[in-house]
Amino acid sequence: MFENLSDKLQRIFKNLRGEGRLSAANMEAALREIRVALLEADVNFRVVKQLIENVKVKAMGEEVLAALSPTQQVVKIVHEELIKILGSHQSKLRFSNDPPSVMLIVGLQGSGKTTSTGKLARWLSRNSHAPMMVSVDVYRPAAREQLRVVAKEVGLPVYTGTEQETRPLDLARSARREAANSGRDVLLVDTAGRLHIDEDLMVELQELKEQFSPVEILFVADAMTGQDAVKSAEEFHKRLNITGVILTKMDGDARGGAALSIRHVTGQPLKFVGIGEKLDALEPFHPDRAASRILGMGDMLSFIEKAEEAIDKKQAVEMQRKLIENEFTLEDFRDQIRQLRKLGPLESMLSMMPKVGMLKDLKNVKVDEQEMTRVVAIIDSMTPRERANHLIINGQRRRRIAKGSGTTVQEVNQLLKQYGEARKVMKSLSQGMMGKKLGKFKLPFM
Amino acid sequence: MIQTLFGSVEQEPSLLERLKSGVAKTRAGLVSRLEETLAGRKEIDADLLDELEYTLISADIGVRTTTEILERIRQRVDRHLVGDAAELRGLIEEHLLEILEASDHAPPLVKEPPAVVLVVGVNGAGKTTTIGKLAQRYKAEGRGVLLCAADTFRAAAIDQLEVWGQRTGVEVIRQKPGADPSAVLFDALHSARARKVDYVIVDTAGRLQTKANLMAELEKMRRTAGRVVPGAPHEVLLVLDAVTGQNGLEQARKFTESSGVTGLVLAKLDGTAKGGIVVAIARELNLPIRYIGIGEQVGDLLPFDAAKYIQSIFEP
Repeated sequence: MFENLSDKLQRIFKNLRGEGRLSAANMEAALREIRVALLEADVNFRVVKQLIENVKVKAMGEEVLAALSPTQQVVKIVHEELIKILGSHQSKLRFSNDPPSVMLIVGLQGSGKTTSTGKLARWLSRNSHAPMMVSVDVYRPAAREQLRVVAKEVGLPVYTGTEQETRPLDLARSARREAANSGRDVLLVDTAGRLHIDEDLMVELQELKEQFSPVEILFVADAMTGQDAVKSAEEFHKRLNITGVILTKMDGDARGGAALSIRHVTGQPLKFVGIGEKLDALEPFHPDRAASRILGMGDMLSFIEKAEEAIDKKQAVEMQRKLIENEFTLEDFRDQIRQLRKLGPLESMLSMMPKVGMLKDLKNVKVDEQEMTRVVAIIDSMTPRERANHLIINGQRRRRIAKGSGTTVQEVNQLLKQYGEARKVMKSLSQGMMGKKLGKFKLPFM
Repeated sequence: MIQTLFGSVEQEPSLLERLKSGVAKTRAGLVSRLEETLAGRKEIDADLLDELEYTLISADIGVRTTTEILERIRQRVDRHLVGDAAELRGLIEEHLLEILEASDHAPPLVKEPPAVVLVVGVNGAGKTTTIGKLAQRYKAEGRGVLLCAADTFRAAAIDQLEVWGQRTGVEVIRQKPGADPSAVLFDALHSARARKVDYVIVDTAGRLQTKANLMAELEKMRRTAGRVVPGAPHEVLLVLDAVTGQNGLEQARKFTESSGVTGLVLAKLDGTAKGGIVVAIARELNLPIRYIGIGEQVGDLLPFDAAKYIQSIFEP
């Protein structure tokens, strides 16, 4: 839907070649595009204005570097300015010397507080802390029950309170006592969602703050938030002096410009991002990646990092050798699919890729995860001999494999055909006919 | 008059009154930003147009629509058709109203109950709360209502709907957490037929529009509904959080593709966010806005009124 900022700038600067500098004239069109890109990413209007000023000053009269095209150079300046606002390094959580450290989780309704509380608890316990949770949301139906279920899922304690405890302050107080008694070092307080203009509820948060002197007050914000992000963040900060931000729902396709706005008005660091519905889908915030995403330039760094985690180097070298010598068996085929799957859902992988150049069509690629599961099941149902040499798989064996994997003979046939084609392509590739036949080649799960 | 799936009912207390009483607490004393800008000015200059642009973009109307509106104004100013700054607001309102009215079509009439209303949206948009309030509305019209707890994924979502069922005195058809949403829907529709209720409102799990498998699940639910009750779902409401920015358009697009959205509900409009992305959605996808949510009480769901909504954009 969005055209990449680099693509747009590329067009503007096409006629620029030969000019040695970025000048007022050629910069104006570029700045207009940058402005639109930032506004479409939901960066606040005022923040955009200031950013554009900064970029202008920096870019004007700057020598066009030999190594960079003007486009790259402008994008680089914008990128740097974004990072400057977002904070140049990720920041850590603070803890109290007198445990339990109380952390308040606050935010608007539906921003993702309860899920984030569960994720944060898990993250803490994996980083050698012993968290306890408590929900003081006595307003929304089944809110406390929700945290209880989440806590059960992450296998960490939650203070549920008694029937009589229906006041947020009481609940928090009992929970802190309970946490101290049972040796928990962090207490996460999940508060009710509220509008920043709701006087009574904002006062309630201020009371919680006064009574429990939390070491962290984390403002949970939805990555899809638009221009209003500044207003709510500003008000929460004014009332509570928030200490950090958790940006949720970053697994969608929102650009997340709200991050920039919130950071700009509160001056407080973004500490975590939520990247999925599973309770381990919480990551420390990376300013550089967020900046790329705001500009619609994908998140290659995250992708590479994940790929490095999942793919074994030695195996990769071995695979390459096999490919060249045409020893690529069904077993290798299965291993490859498994490695690919370790990267997580392919759709979220693809969404991290920049949509430029030859990769532009990638966004339309639909990955059928079930199909991949089926392929692995079929190969699993083969004997080692069959996997090593697919030529021995006759009709009877096919029927057995289909039965064993819960598929049909047709599906087994299809897989074998695709595998055969893949081998052919690889053979021709290794013989140097680079890419000619790649167009016809289709992986079974695409 | 309010259009419902079974015809029209009478209008109720004014939207603006309710809206104002809901948010008066902190807004007292503020005057319209635009009025402030316009006060004491006759000339239309660059500063004024900047300020107008700010107002529209701040409401999340989006760069495209905003640029288009301003372009229109500039042309008229250039041709000296607008001499007076005060006329500007009228012009903008007119243009926005045109967009919203063009997409405003009534829901289809359902001849044979039950009417099936599928409620969809991203996580945390306000689906379950909207359903509670919607149940109350239908009941107030004297209709029999059944709720279907097809959000079997999120922790305690079923319990949350159950509470709304108790509040409004409406029965909830439920299964265990983790059950197949289509199976719950199937159950609910059969119960609805047996009990001869007029409305079945279906709660679905929140999902980001980028998750292809979850969007496919909605397609399946649609098919299931159509098999049990011909023509169902009669209405598919996409709930949008008023704070949603430009991503709202993509949400509307993807949800329409998979679940055939027929109308929007703009939730949480009692904050400072204006939800202007609905203008872009109305324009590009021709989807009407059916209701707005303005609070957490059972009566806080009102029929959408385009003219009043546009006025609210210019209020602080």
